[in-house]
Amino acid sequence: MTTTAAPGYAARRTLPLRVEIVRQFKRRRTLVMFGLLLALPWILVIAFQFGPQNTGQQNALRLSDLATQGGLNFAAFALSVSASFLLVVAVALFCGDTVASEANWSSLRYLLAAPVPRDRLLRQKLVVALGYSAAAVICLPVMALIAGTLVFGWNDIQVPGTGETIPAFDVLPRFGIVIGYALVSQLVVASLAFLLSTVTDSPLGAVGGAVGLVIVSTILQAVEALGSLREFLPTFWNTAWMDALAPVLDWGGMTKGAAVSVTYSAILIAIAFRRFRRKDVVS
Amino acid sequence: MKRAAALVAALAVLATVVWLVWPSDAEISGQEQRIAVVDGPGDDQRVELDTTYFPPAGGGRAPAVLLAHGFGGSKQSVRAQAVRLARQGYAVLTWSARGFGRSTGQIALNSPDYEVKDVKQLIDWLAERPDVRLDAAGDPRVGIAGGSYGGAIALMTAAHDSRVDAIVPMITWNDLSEALFPNGVFKKMWAGLFFSRGGPSPDAQGLSALTAQPRPLSAEEARCGRFLPAVCAMYQEVAATGRATPAAIETLRASSPVSVAGRIKAPTLLIQGQRDSLFPLAQADANAKAIAAAGTPVEVMWFDGGHDGGNGEVDWLDERLLDWFDRYLRTDGQGTSAKGAAATVKGFVITRDGGRDPGTRQRIRLHPGADRYPGLAGTSTTQVPLTGPDQNVANPPGGNPASISAVPGIGGLLGAGAQGNPGVSLDMPGQSAVFESAPLAEPLQLTGTPTVKIRVQGQGEATLFAKLYDVADAATPPTLPAGLVAPVRVPAGSGEVTVTLPAVDHRFAAGHRVRLALTTTDMGYATPAEPASYVVGLASPTLTVPTVPELAAPPTGPVWWTWALPLAAVAAAALILATGRRTVAAPSGTSERAEVPLEIAGLTKAYRNGEKAVDGLSFTVEKGQVLGLLGPNGAGKTTTMRMMMGLIQPDDGEIRIFGDTVTPGAPVLSRLGSFVEGPGFLPHLSGRDNLTLYWQATGRPPQDAHMEEALEIAGLGTALERAVRTYSQGMRQRLAIAQAMLGLPDLLVLDEPTNGLDPPQIREMREVLKRYARDGRTVIVSSHLLAEVEQTCSHVVVMHRGRLVSAGPVSDLLGTAKHNGHGPRLEDVFLDLIGEKS
Repeated sequence: MTTTAAPGYAARRTLPLRVEIVRQFKRRRTLVMFGLLLALPWILVIAFQFGPQNTGQQNALRLSDLATQGGLNFAAFALSVSASFLLVVAVALFCGDTVASEANWSSLRYLLAAPVPRDRLLRQKLVVALGYSAAAVICLPVMALIAGTLVFGWNDIQVPGTGETIPAFDVLPRFGIVIGYALVSQLVVASLAFLLSTVTDSPLGAVGGAVGLVIVSTILQAVEALGSLREFLPTFWNTAWMDALAPVLDWGGMTKGAAVSVTYSAILIAIAFRRFRRKDVVS
Repeated sequence: MKRAAALVAALAVLATVVWLVWPSDAEISGQEQRIAVVDGPGDDQRVELDTTYFPPAGGGRAPAVLLAHGFGGSKQSVRAQAVRLARQGYAVLTWSARGFGRSTGQIALNSPDYEVKDVKQLIDWLAERPDVRLDAAGDPRVGIAGGSYGGAIALMTAAHDSRVDAIVPMITWNDLSEALFPNGVFKKMWAGLFFSRGGPSPDAQGLSALTAQPRPLSAEEARCGRFLPAVCAMYQEVAATGRATPAAIETLRASSPVSVAGRIKAPTLLIQGQRDSLFPLAQADANAKAIAAAGTPVEVMWFDGGHDGGNGEVDWLDERLLDWFDRYLRTDGQGTSAKGAAATVKGFVITRDGGRDPGTRQRIRLHPGADRYPGLAGTSTTQVPLTGPDQNVANPPGGNPASISAVPGIGGLLGAGAQGNPGVSLDMPGQSAVFESAPLAEPLQLTGTPTVKIRVQGQGEATLFAKLYDVADAATPPTLPAGLVAPVRVPAGSGEVTVTLPAVDHRFAAGHRVRLALTTTDMGYATPAEPASYVVGLASPTLTVPTVPELAAPPTGPVWWTWALPLAAVAAAALILATGRRTVAAPSGTSERAEVPLEIAGLTKAYRNGEKAVDGLSFTVEKGQVLGLLGPNGAGKTTTMRMMMGLIQPDDGEIRIFGDTVTPGAPVLSRLGSFVEGPGFLPHLSGRDNLTLYWQATGRPPQDAHMEEALEIAGLGTALERAVRTYSQGMRQRLAIAQAMLGLPDLLVLDEPTNGLDPPQIREMREVLKRYARDGRTVIVSSHLLAEVEQTCSHVVVMHRGRLVSAGPVSDLLGTAKHNGHGPRLEDVFLDLIGEKS
């Protein structure tokens, strides 16, 4: 191997994660999204304060009825209302926009000619996008936990449906499982958005495509005629984290959900790398 | 795009073809028959049975199934199930039992002298059918299935007719006297409902039965409906007194499998409902024990259904029923199925709540099984301590008001859709003694009949109703699993008695309490009218709870695909990546070529439509040159530059930069500075941040950047700290050129660098480029401004339609030009070269 590169150049040092994080951080969409995720729990708190107070016994205990029981209940509620759409949008945004926006700004070609090797560029961008997505998924329930605890107090969690209670400190590690599972289950959205991001020059197209898939999948999973085929829909197990808050921790649903999620993600990301490696960059 | 459209079209065509060719379900049509039978103790009573025969869907000789209906129904009630079975290749015969539907005769309660004889003759009839498989002459291969009244006839017939090969009795009785008089206490509401269904039959069916004017009834009809007079008289006597006479018990037992179950040789699948206060699980338990004692294979299923409602689980029961018949009717050997169904047959299968389906949030049911039916005492027991003082309870005069547990018929009225336990259970004050456990430390799964020893003091015989409540907390009303109670009669002054509570499968969650309640009344039962009071206490402070841990055993780890699928996906991903890896030509940097900044040989690139953007282009650029790349729009200049940057793959030929073949991301590109087709910056960052981050992205040492020199060329002043989105086009242009010059690359490629610059800036740029090349570096500039090229460049390459037209020093090129009055102008040469004469 002749050393024909410029002095000091090494492929493995190109586009460090720190640089990519800074490049993405100052973007308006990053700041707005995090602002929204951090503000949402407080908006919910205010909404519960103003809403009519529940008096009397409820027979069917729903998650929303229990939200004001304590910080943990409130955090579970906040996660349940946002996991199906808001967090999906956040994850799709961070992962779908990352390459497509560079193509849109024309800065992608200068990075590639710098040269940042294509696999490395994708890898670094994927790691940073997943990092931002994870931060988004984590910051919402954590902020909800803080807001809920400040406003509604630190109480044992009350389980929807049966109304049983689990001590707060027993459930705290379970909350870690909930957040961890929420992360894994969003992996499908992340990888699809990322794949689309490498295909299109339009950031909105990539984000919209990934969100569209979630919508279609959610519609399909309501069709019971599909039977057990639905188990393989990418969104089917999205609410399986609720099993972690049941009196008896049930891993079944979450295992299946994680398996489906990892399966789709591995293939989608592999396709993204393969496509991008051979792609003619004309933007 | 075209390929994708073609793929979609092909898939659509394929799907249509499959849909058209796919075999549709065979049309099943029943044949109505009236079959004359002779029965009665003296075999002298002629009865016509209204039947429907469904020939097997597959043709040929097939095993037969007799489908019996429940009390108050007719052959129409089982029509849908018959069609499903016929579709699976069984010959199915349904009939209205004597006294029901359009059959003649009177109801004898599955008596061996009447109904059993009828069914034996139906089996004779089946043996004559050309499409029914025979075991021997006159002995068809036949199974019997039915629910409730129809389940009992299956058991009774199997006991009396050895030609029956398999039976599936559902929600039925073992001993009708025990079912109607549990522990001798008259189950009055159910008994009344049960017998009323054998009342006078309306002439019209369905909705018109409600609207049609009823036909006047004779005295006998009004009194006994379609019952055999003997049965009618028996019922009227016991219902009036609330006490079973020995004669009544004998009549009821004669109609019950309890009298004959030991004679059953046909493998039996007993399906009993967990929501059944008429024929509770204990009835199936007694049947199972008696049949198994004779050495006959038995499987017991407890499903979510029964006479009190529940889900009904139609599909699940159908599947199990079919499994059973496939196993014992389709094969010659006992117990091995052609399609390996043997593996799925267990001794005991029950239905448990499995939470909610994650997709639809609908309730799902689990079906754990054990290899052996454990009976109602469980395979192990848990002792739950109960506490509570001796308590005074009173029987109100007339037994009124009565406590409420299950209300017969309510579940049926709500239909199969009724989910969960309505929980209408109510203990009247002053009538019940209550004993409670401490909150359970861990969940308790009760499967079977718990027992407890109590002590009763008082005058005369006491009738008590024992219930086991699940108490969640103070805020939630206690639930009575399946709404079941166990009546007990404590003989006068006897003191201690062991109470066997109702058989249920119920999970007490951790933290819940178990509450034993003993009440003196229950609305469903006849209780003594005389007022009385007792003192009820615990003789032993523990409740013995049977459990079947085998059922709770986790179903053999996670589902296989939860690990297989991700593994397969990772393997597939690896394959996708491995096959997608291009064979990278080794950077063959020979020493003599390593000094050549740019060498293009045979470079070809076609657009997707086949038109060639660059066609066989070859030229070389030497060190120190400022090369002008000229050509009209569409000549392929930009495409060539993109290929130099490794952004586009050439179809043919190669580009070498300092001897290295250019591939995407080739390290040698670090010696190339480029500005092609406009600037590319992150609009939200300032100009300085953009350049700094770009340089950091190259991973090279900061001191190599020569940032200040580049910034001087950009000449942006304080604007450098503003976000790029606020820049004018010229400012971006200059910033982009500065970015290209970062690190002072050995080869600088600039595409239209002077666009958007004002004349002084153009002039300055010209000097910058000349100076840049003077230091031994090389510059390639593409431009439309021919005068500009003429002044800046030492060499020129002219392209037209992707091809090289001319290459060489500017001076040579000008020398070849013909003079037209004034000195040679590059413009003339250029137009001449591309064939557009001025």
